[in-house]
Amino acid sequence: MRVKLVNLERYQQPDVIRRTLTRLRVAVVGLSGNQLRASNFVGYYLLRHGYDVVPINPRESEIFGRRCFPSLADVPEPVDTINVFRDPSVVPALAEEAVAVGASCLWLQFGVISEQAAEIASAGGLDVVMDRCMKIEHARYIGRMHWLGFNTGTISAQRRTPR
Amino acid sequence: MKDRDFGFATRTVHAGSRPDPTTGARALPIYQTTSYVFEDTESAAAYFNLQEYGNTYSRIMNPTVAAFEERVANLEGGVGAVAFASGLAAQSAVLFTLLRPGDHVVTSSALYGGTVTQFKHVLGKLSVKLDFVDPDDMDAWRAAISPDTKLLFAETIGNPGGNILDIEAIAKLAHDHDCPFMVDNTFATPYLCRPLDWGADIVVHSATKFLGGHGTSLGGVVVDRGDFDWSNGRFPVVADPSPAYHGLQFHETFGVYGFLMKLRTETLRDLGAAMSPFNAFLLAQGIETLPLRMRQHVANAQVVAEFLSAQPGVVKVAHPGLATSIYRPLVEKYLPEGTGAVFCFDLPGGRQAGSSFIEALTLFSHLANVGDAKSLVIHPASTTHRQLSDEELARAGIATGTIRLSIGIEDSNDLIWDLQQGLDACESNS
Repeated sequence: MRVKLVNLERYQQPDVIRRTLTRLRVAVVGLSGNQLRASNFVGYYLLRHGYDVVPINPRESEIFGRRCFPSLADVPEPVDTINVFRDPSVVPALAEEAVAVGASCLWLQFGVISEQAAEIASAGGLDVVMDRCMKIEHARYIGRMHWLGFNTGTISAQRRTPR
Repeated sequence: MKDRDFGFATRTVHAGSRPDPTTGARALPIYQTTSYVFEDTESAAAYFNLQEYGNTYSRIMNPTVAAFEERVANLEGGVGAVAFASGLAAQSAVLFTLLRPGDHVVTSSALYGGTVTQFKHVLGKLSVKLDFVDPDDMDAWRAAISPDTKLLFAETIGNPGGNILDIEAIAKLAHDHDCPFMVDNTFATPYLCRPLDWGADIVVHSATKFLGGHGTSLGGVVVDRGDFDWSNGRFPVVADPSPAYHGLQFHETFGVYGFLMKLRTETLRDLGAAMSPFNAFLLAQGIETLPLRMRQHVANAQVVAEFLSAQPGVVKVAHPGLATSIYRPLVEKYLPEGTGAVFCFDLPGGRQAGSSFIEALTLFSHLANVGDAKSLVIHPASTTHRQLSDEELARAGIATGTIRLSIGIEDSNDLIWDLQQGLDACESNS
């Protein structure tokens, strides 16, 4: 079982997650070109579901046929969400960059846990989501996670998609 | 802001089943289809590569079955569930997913006879080693664990001895040895006990029983809590690159959903014991009344057990809800709302008394099932546990005159009237 050093629940608020999912320009930091890596699964999924995915990886020039940037600072257009697949130790610096580029949300994937990064991003006015997968949360609230018997935790008698 | 934490009864009715977005149908639609048309070739590839949640073939997934799965996962507090054609199919799928030749399983000896047979014979053929232990004896559990142990297993309420499992203690022992702990929660249902809340990693059900409640449909389901560390070095079967998916690493890629993805897209796909959509519909329908039924089952079983304990012609009533039960502390901790409705009692007259009793009954159905809305009776030594040796029978707490009851939701005074007929017949034949 994972030891919980950070109050993760604070950074896993459903309304923040749903709000973030409505913003379509997503920089995926640490996106791998290897089809079998989790980051590639997530990036590919987001692209399929209409997100404008901006790959960030200094070791690649192109992923999914899209130009890959070495760092957030190199991206010429504004981005909404910074989706992070990096070692927690480098994430505080990344949070500084996310604030500098004027992003709306710092989203840290499973296992990317950094209280310091969360504090930097929050202080800079960003929403923070931590230890959550953007693909899974999209599938939970908007997509088809319920097709595979997963517990979406969503209950509604309404025909519309929950907000 | 948190979403509302809905209560258990609300979730029995709603979880997994939102109105159909295409038609608006409020009841759960029965998607009686084998297969699904792909939007385009790229989508088809994404589904088969597991890059996208998509329907391909009903042996692997089906929207009606998925609604049942999500409902059970929600009620048990798991991250998800996979349904199977029966409880034994569900259980065997977990074994086939986790175990390799040379591995070892430690299991309670107080089990459903079909489980004992499955473990002994199927695992034996696969060269998996097996040790049965007295579920009440923590030292026995501890002593049986070896470096090859990959799974601990027991039932929340032992069948048919009524042993109450110390779930938290055994889960801790399992985790101290980097092992998952699987619990069969069929007899308790998540209404009475949620083993995942006490540290169990995997819950299995024969949904045929109380979950469905109507005795019309076979079904089984596996629920995973999702936080067992399959990448601890002991479970390459889950963590290592899968040759069946071009080297995909299930635990790394799918995180908390890794085990269930493996269970569904490899084991269920390859062994093929899928639940039918119609059964899923009936079982999901049954769950909608689970709290109402379980309250009645528990209340009736308590009245019947107290009646039997007061009868001179009955030697032992193994109902853990009785004030005299040795399991009282465990009942208070794990099953405060009641200990279910399946229990045994012994007739002193052995096999002959057992058959006289059963033949004198009017209301109880003599059959090999439990958890129906109707009251059921069986003589385990000659039926469900017939394949067991005398020694195994004794280890499972069964005597030759043991009668097992599954108390239904009828009027309890009618049940007592019927049981009195049985006891009278034993007396006149003795």
